[in-house]
Amino acid sequence: MNTLITILRRVLVAVPTIIGVVIVTFILQRALPGDPAVFYAGPSANPEVVARVREQLGLDQPVFMQFLDFIRRLTHGDLGLSISSGHPVLDDLLSRAPASIELTLAALLFAIVVGLPLGMLAALKPGTLVDHACRVIVTVGAAFPTFFVALILIFVFYYQLGIAPEPLGQLNEIYDTIPTTVTGFLLIDTLLAGDTATFQSVAMKLVLPMISLGLFALAPIARITRAAMLETLSSDYCRTARAMGLSYSRMVFSYALRNAMLPIISILGMVFSFLLGGSVLVEQVFAWPGIGAYAVSAVMASDYAAVQGFVLLMAVLYVLLNLVVDLVITAIDPRVRYEH
Amino acid sequence: MTKQLLSVQDLSIDFLTRRGRVQALEDVSFTVSEGEILGIVGESGSGKSVLSYSIMGLSDKAANIRSGSIDFRGVPLKPEKMADLRGREISMVFQSPRTALNPIRKVGHQIEDVLRRHTPLRGKVLKSAAIEALARVRIPDPERRYEAYPFEMSGGMCQRVMIAMALACKPALLICDEPTTGLDVTTQAVIMDLVRDLVAETKMAAILITHDLALAGEYCDRIAVMHAGHIVEVAQSRSFPNELKHPYTERLFAALPSAAANLSELAIIPGSLPDLRGALPPCRYIARCERAKEDCSLGPLPWTKIDSDHLVRCRYPK
Amino acid sequence: MSTKKTAFSEFMSDARYIASTNKLTFGAALILLALVVLAVIGPAIAPYDPIATDAAKTLLKPSWAHPFGTDALGRDILSRVIYATRLDLGIAVGAVAVSFFIGLALGSIAGYAGGWTDTIIGRLMDTIMAFPLFVLAMGIVAALGNNVFNIMVATAIINLPFYTRFARAEVNVISKLTYVEAARMGGNGSVRILATHITPNILPKMVVQASLNLGWAILNAAGLSFIGLGVRPPTPEWGIMVSEGAPYIFSGEWWTFVFPGLALVIAVFCFNLVGDGLRDLIDPRART
Repeated sequence: MNTLITILRRVLVAVPTIIGVVIVTFILQRALPGDPAVFYAGPSANPEVVARVREQLGLDQPVFMQFLDFIRRLTHGDLGLSISSGHPVLDDLLSRAPASIELTLAALLFAIVVGLPLGMLAALKPGTLVDHACRVIVTVGAAFPTFFVALILIFVFYYQLGIAPEPLGQLNEIYDTIPTTVTGFLLIDTLLAGDTATFQSVAMKLVLPMISLGLFALAPIARITRAAMLETLSSDYCRTARAMGLSYSRMVFSYALRNAMLPIISILGMVFSFLLGGSVLVEQVFAWPGIGAYAVSAVMASDYAAVQGFVLLMAVLYVLLNLVVDLVITAIDPRVRYEH
Repeated sequence: MTKQLLSVQDLSIDFLTRRGRVQALEDVSFTVSEGEILGIVGESGSGKSVLSYSIMGLSDKAANIRSGSIDFRGVPLKPEKMADLRGREISMVFQSPRTALNPIRKVGHQIEDVLRRHTPLRGKVLKSAAIEALARVRIPDPERRYEAYPFEMSGGMCQRVMIAMALACKPALLICDEPTTGLDVTTQAVIMDLVRDLVAETKMAAILITHDLALAGEYCDRIAVMHAGHIVEVAQSRSFPNELKHPYTERLFAALPSAAANLSELAIIPGSLPDLRGALPPCRYIARCERAKEDCSLGPLPWTKIDSDHLVRCRYPK
Repeated sequence: MSTKKTAFSEFMSDARYIASTNKLTFGAALILLALVVLAVIGPAIAPYDPIATDAAKTLLKPSWAHPFGTDALGRDILSRVIYATRLDLGIAVGAVAVSFFIGLALGSIAGYAGGWTDTIIGRLMDTIMAFPLFVLAMGIVAALGNNVFNIMVATAIINLPFYTRFARAEVNVISKLTYVEAARMGGNGSVRILATHITPNILPKMVVQASLNLGWAILNAAGLSFIGLGVRPPTPEWGIMVSEGAPYIFSGEWWTFVFPGLALVIAVFCFNLVGDGLRDLIDPRART
């Protein structure tokens, strides 16, 4: 019961944040350079057409009414039309979101699977080779721009060694059969279709983008894991665990790591910010059919509705991810659960 | 005659640090018998914690045992065997019980961790053993406390849980390192009464490490006084304070505040602990001692026997 | 006499220890200094005109004449990398300076005034932080207009919450200290107390934050120009140079993107190391 109330409170805290995000998105839309009506009416429109467009878009209304209208349309899932694709922005984004989510989650998985043990080993064996390796990876990793790493990986593994598939998109449209869309996630859809050959091809194509994006998230995870583990390992309760003769593995996992997980999970909020931003760059390099690449071409084409829709979707996604982080911490830390 | 349980002989420990070799302990010897409470008293930095950590085999990596031995039940303690003995035969209770417990694990589960490590108990039996351990330290409503987290309990209650955990496997020796520091006076008495009663009930031996001479005098059978890595005097606690022979011990007792004394009458011990790096005189109290004579800085420092269980490490005992 | 000697030798052993562990930081500081010098005098020492094309010299391998090779339009990459230093460092330093001062002001006001002012400023910063920051920067540049100045504005806005929150937390602590209380009792006005008693005490830590932040600001600005925002061709800038060189990866002309990319990496790496070093010096407890 207590727990349920805590969870509800956490969810409620996210509500004003979402409202803030919507307001900022609205302001960004209003801050467009020049007169949007002129822009939407097109270069050849006469003043009458511009006036009609202005009325259609509701731009002749007071700003507050426009905001209410913006909210009303949002609640109907109406993000406007994309002028470059001609489709509703929401449809465009939703059809491309799975590719981005697949990439981002794979990168997160990569960063955790590599970063967590690396940071742990560095903390358990300070001053050894692992510790130095960890420090080098953390400092160097934080200095490499995602897009540069992506290009280097392509150059080495595709051009030089020839072991990576062509770095263009999610699958090879000539050889691979496109699976029927069930979830939109190609890794899942190919498996559902029983097409292991395409699954393999999709998985192979995911490797380089995943590593490029994941390396950027790896540095903060390894860094915080090392620091948190060093702190918990020297804590009084780990000393107690040793004084009670508990096995090394129990002390490391049940006592040190479990407590270290709190700062590690907290840092994931920042890591998600990195990943969602970085995915735009990685998608650009690998011609990945996700929302990041869509947004970049929208920016270039001055397709404002599409850009705002993208920013709003990313922000909502990020708020939800932070909510998940909060809830996981609540589940692990009893002190947060009973906080009032 | 009770059976001797722990015997420390001529133990010398150095710490290798960036700024040289710290001679933390030198020629420390004492014994503890079954059913006995030994107090080890000294100011901070005197080496009492280093001593207890060495017995537990929990010393820092920089610690280097230069000479001496630690025998438990007549057998030398081996570092590689310690993990099996810790928590089962020799247990330890620390100061600041709040931080000594895992903050995000139910206290019942923390006790179970110890039981699971050292006993074949599992499942429901394990749980009831943990609850029994809580009941043994007189925690009211142990079934409910089993489910509690450390942050939900008072400092005194946390210390009882610590003791319950330390005693869960019924060890032969309990080392209490400043167990009541940071607790209020009433709780101090409750915790120490508990330790004394548990020792009396189980024939267990206990070592009480403390800077509080009055506390040691009240609860211990024998007291060893440490100064700068030396044990300077060992005596029955009933010998305190009237038959004290070592100048440092005398001063230490004089420095105890009593109810009658006001602040201006508080005695202090002049000087401070010597720097334990580099060469040291045989008697490490020499710089603070008013009885020091020329031969105090010559040759090895002898033990002077006052009676069968009262030893003083001074050439000129009172 | 003997104690004096010990103290001195202790100091020396400490100094040696610090010098030996911080060699890398020292080296990074030197490289950084070199980059700053390059940003100032770069145009004077660059061997070629960075935007002069030469159809006869396209995609030349690195050689003595062109140490970093030439790009698809026959421009000398070394000269372009050198010229870009000013723009890349300029955007980052400009953005960080703007967020530093505005953040310091907002945070000080919030931390000192408390109450509603604090809540409103806090909420504002929370809202900025609710966006994935690079994505917000994209949105801001798209909305305000696609030019270099707006890249700087966007980078400044997404950095603002860090400085505001940091200043707020520090001011909040300091304004409750006894000496500030004493100054208040002495009849000093709020502005005067903030300016003379509080701000000077948080500046060193803020500077550490700024130096730690500069590398990230460079990455961010370069990322924006990599996807085609802000900087327009043929302006030399590291991010856009990497993106211009990227297509030649498939024909093996690696020098087109590797050298500007390395310039970025070195600049960010040195800023991070120097920032870490400064933090260890000024605020050692904040180390992770």
